[in-house]
Amino acid sequence: MNASKKSETTPMKNRTTVERKSEREVVVTRTFNAPARLVFEAWTRPELFQRWWVPKSMGMTLLSCAMDVRVGGQYRLEFSFQGAQAVFFGTYQEVTPPSRLVWTNEESEDGAVTTVTFEEKDGQTLLVMHELYPSKEALDAAGTGASEALVETFGQLDELLPTLGARAVR
Amino acid sequence: MVQYQSNRITASFAALSDATRRGVLEQLGHSDASITDLADKFHLTLTGMKKHVNVLEQAGFVITEKVGRVRTCKLGLRRLEEEAAWIARYHQLWAARFNALDDVIEELKHQEQFHERKQKK
Repeated sequence: MNASKKSETTPMKNRTTVERKSEREVVVTRTFNAPARLVFEAWTRPELFQRWWVPKSMGMTLLSCAMDVRVGGQYRLEFSFQGAQAVFFGTYQEVTPPSRLVWTNEESEDGAVTTVTFEEKDGQTLLVMHELYPSKEALDAAGTGASEALVETFGQLDELLPTLGARAVR
Repeated sequence: MVQYQSNRITASFAALSDATRRGVLEQLGHSDASITDLADKFHLTLTGMKKHVNVLEQAGFVITEKVGRVRTCKLGLRRLEEEAAWIARYHQLWAARFNALDDVIEELKHQEQFHERKQKK
């Protein structure tokens, strides 16, 4: 087994869950097949972070990514998307390797406070991302900006609401 | 207006949290049905089914129509799409990010194992 060899078998993708916990909160969970220290590293080292935060399917380009990961430190991300530019920035409020990260989103009044916890168990890590928005309206509008770039299909709706027959509407 | 929006979203999630109500939606996805039909199908009393349908109607998932003495239920599909779309958008974004994150983490794991092996030699 040498390091440059691609693994032949793709492991089953772990499931991402999204739940609106309350009018102002959304919780996203996902398990990763690695110890917490590695998952934490991928969230806190800018050269790693920028490789996954902007997936290709979003059709966005990351222009710059600066992260000063310590309590009181700032981060700043600049994107370009369909000719327009967007900037996201905020402050790290808690940095507890390898188990907890808290940061603010200060680019608008509707920015959330994001808490990410990394819980290791038997070599796997359960990641829980909790976003608290300042208002119900802010949360309702959330996820529409960046992720609108992703094309919606009924196939994906079916995946989310498996209890509904896949009766195409249009 | 916005206020109304988010109250509705909350009502929608509450409506979908019940297995019987999800079953009713699935049933209505195949064909419209009267409350009596639905009560029979799910082995509930007429009153019990009326309550469920009422919750679904309040949340906008179901439209009921009284024709003569029979109340027929059908899907209020547009609403359902809206709610599902909200979750779908969020889910898509994070599933895409986390799949990319898997690759980064795999790489870190390999690097670690590689270093460990080198040290053992």
